[in-house]
Amino acid sequence: MRVTLKVWRQQKADSQGSFESYPVENVSEDMSFFEMLDMLNDQLVLAGKTPIAFDHDCREGICGTCGLFINGRAHGPLTGITTCQLHMRSFKDGKTIIVEPWRAKAFPVIKDLIVDRISFDRMMEAGGYISINTGGTPDANEIPIPKANADEAMDAASCIGCGACVATCKNSSAMLFVSAKVSQLTLLPQGQPEREIRVKNMVAQMDKEGFGSCTNTGACEVECPKEISIIHIARLNREFIKSSF
Amino acid sequence: MLNSKVPAGPLSEKWTKHQFDLKLVNPANKRKYNIIVVGTGLAGASAAASLAELGYNVQAFSYHESPRRAHSIAAQGGINAAKNYPNDGDSIFRLFYDTIKGGDYRSREANVYRLAEISNNIIDQCVAQGVPFAREYGGLLDNRSFGGAQVSRTFYARGQTGQQLLLGCYSALVRQMHTGKVKFHPRHEMLDLVMIDGEAKGIITRNLITGDIQSHAAHAVVLATGGYSNAFFLSTNAMASNATAAWRAHKKGAFFANPCFTQIHPTCIPVASEHQSKLTLMSESLRNDGRVWVPKKEGDKRHPAEISEDERDYYLERLYPSFGNLVPRDVASRRAKEMCDLGNGVGETGLAVYLDFADAIQRLGRNIVTEKYGNLFDMYKQITGENPYEIPMRIYPAVHYTMGGLWVDYNLMSTIPGLYILGEANYSDHGANRLGASALMQGLADGYFILPYTIGDYLTGKLGENISTEDEAFEVAKTDVKGRIETLLTVNGERTVDDIHRELGLILWENVGMARNTAGLEKALNKIPKLRDEFWQNVKVSGTADELNPELEKAGRVADFLELGELMARDALNREESCGGHFRDEHQTEENEAKRNDEEFTYVATWQYKGKESPSELHKENLVFENVELTTRSYK
Repeated sequence: MRVTLKVWRQQKADSQGSFESYPVENVSEDMSFFEMLDMLNDQLVLAGKTPIAFDHDCREGICGTCGLFINGRAHGPLTGITTCQLHMRSFKDGKTIIVEPWRAKAFPVIKDLIVDRISFDRMMEAGGYISINTGGTPDANEIPIPKANADEAMDAASCIGCGACVATCKNSSAMLFVSAKVSQLTLLPQGQPEREIRVKNMVAQMDKEGFGSCTNTGACEVECPKEISIIHIARLNREFIKSSF
Repeated sequence: MLNSKVPAGPLSEKWTKHQFDLKLVNPANKRKYNIIVVGTGLAGASAAASLAELGYNVQAFSYHESPRRAHSIAAQGGINAAKNYPNDGDSIFRLFYDTIKGGDYRSREANVYRLAEISNNIIDQCVAQGVPFAREYGGLLDNRSFGGAQVSRTFYARGQTGQQLLLGCYSALVRQMHTGKVKFHPRHEMLDLVMIDGEAKGIITRNLITGDIQSHAAHAVVLATGGYSNAFFLSTNAMASNATAAWRAHKKGAFFANPCFTQIHPTCIPVASEHQSKLTLMSESLRNDGRVWVPKKEGDKRHPAEISEDERDYYLERLYPSFGNLVPRDVASRRAKEMCDLGNGVGETGLAVYLDFADAIQRLGRNIVTEKYGNLFDMYKQITGENPYEIPMRIYPAVHYTMGGLWVDYNLMSTIPGLYILGEANYSDHGANRLGASALMQGLADGYFILPYTIGDYLTGKLGENISTEDEAFEVAKTDVKGRIETLLTVNGERTVDDIHRELGLILWENVGMARNTAGLEKALNKIPKLRDEFWQNVKVSGTADELNPELEKAGRVADFLELGELMARDALNREESCGGHFRDEHQTEENEAKRNDEEFTYVATWQYKGKESPSELHKENLVFENVELTTRSYK
């Protein structure tokens, strides 16, 4: 098949970007979207042009490195997957595909389709952990945890930190990301000692990073490749209010 | 020359005694030391966090944007520990024994025993961090049997165990970043090791965004930079996984051990096109219910539904009546390759075998099959576009893990004083074959519970030592690194980096892959140097040195794979036996099973770099077994 890509190109963080068009021939529908980009990049290199920079690593949907806005949707037209799991059979022959980076104030573009998500690390630094050192921990079975709580904590913990929630949110809110961590640790007995300070600090950092507010549109849970529910946002809100009394 | 520093005394007392014998650094003095940790996956992040908690100043480096991206995330199955929670007869000795035997008796007894001892602490640590392991209704932790183990000792967090454990050490690491005890350098790639007076004292890095080449000095350097499966181009490793840090250290004097010990996983999704960029692994639990077969007739291209039962060869069940489809990874992989080599492979390329669930669906019902394997079936469908409920899966083996790595002593120190190697990057615990759910265990054991003890023993002697990046050694190394980058950018030939990497991968896969023989290995030893020359004369790397330039990053890594690949072949040629993941056609039983040569090869093959013009020199660390008897694996 043959497709035309309209790709956002931007040399550096502070340079002016623009869309460029690239016709791509001989695309096989079994190729992944990134393999199609690899092929195009090889052609650009041989033609003496600058290949398109994009972030990717595991290419099996778990590391959270990749993330493209394709035809106006985070991670492309399918749900429950990351961009690296998208294959060309999801596109029609002859179509134009628009490819953009995540767009959010807190995710500045580094180059082309690569953005800087270090704000996610800083929010984790603010409190996304249980303050214990290595060693001296009790036996793993000393504190039983109801299966339902453990399972729900796992649902929240499955967040891969890709940033699709932020990219798709009209307010560029990071509430789904932050709530996933707050929810996971709130549901576990080990997370109780820092329950209040954690939610306060993480929310404060989120505001500081320039993420927008949550207006409960639910777009984030639709595009989350791990299908994390906005139930966790509700829990974050409860925890945040409780922490101020 | 190789002193393993394994302490004397009974196996079960070695580590305890050694911990007492190791010199300690006074708590008030720890802040006077700087330590560099390269790589922040399971091993690196756990080490960096634990060292900072103790009071050391840590500088951590990753080429990723965040420590949470490391390829440790991809481990699905679980992590072993000898807790014996299920009361089914597990013990530290049994985990030790299984690991030594599974490694086909090519690892060090003392290291493996220590690993089994520490395994229990790891689970305690992770639970305390909030890792959401699977639990029973009573609230206690659930265990499962994995990879053919006779006991249930595997802890797991859905299919995301690696991800959850990494997020655990990442949380410990960000906590230390917050206190300022760890300075994390994202998107920084180590391009050389700096030595002063024969000891490791720093590294040279490239800032991947600006291209800036920087010097970093420390009292000790820790590499936790993963394995080298990507030498094969196609592997289940992440795209950026590479051997550059380890290989740079090797060229500065760190010996490389058992480079030919690579693990091939039997249940991967086969290559679909020439543009394939990587391979995807599917959990081997699929073999619990799937039946492996190929058409009996060579080159039979009919749809599988048209091939009747008596025209099918369920070759694993035929060859191994008692283990059937559950034979170990290496056996299942090799037999699949054989079938395809004979012309019985399926799919468009002929490089695949069927894994059929029709019987399981009939026996258990579709719902139960969905419950057990639903996510894997979905993943398969997403990648291939075929529905495994209706048409058998196609699978083929792929390179997955490398047991070989930089040589380390009992303290995890390499042959370079002050240079420590952790996790998959070292060779230490898995011998010639790694058991399922043991990689996570080893990475965390090294980082949380071994290095923080052993590194103090080295550091005590270095108190007050002032290491500065002003030292001439840093300038020399920096100039080297810049020169190399400049050379890569000026070749301006006609082949892309990936194109040459793909060719290297094919040479390795054909000759240093699942089954190896003298002729093939010699062919590889002949072809790889030629390809290396071709690379330096004809590669085309676009862009400049002072910008974000993924092509340049890849080129540097492939240049190192082109050297490491040759050493892999050399090591495979030297090892005149079949053991674990290393199968030599010349050394097999009449029934085509691996034939070890314990008399001549019960050693770690350790290679010293001797410069560009001379072949590497072999040093042997003889392995002594005092607590287990060397037996032959049999799965008939």
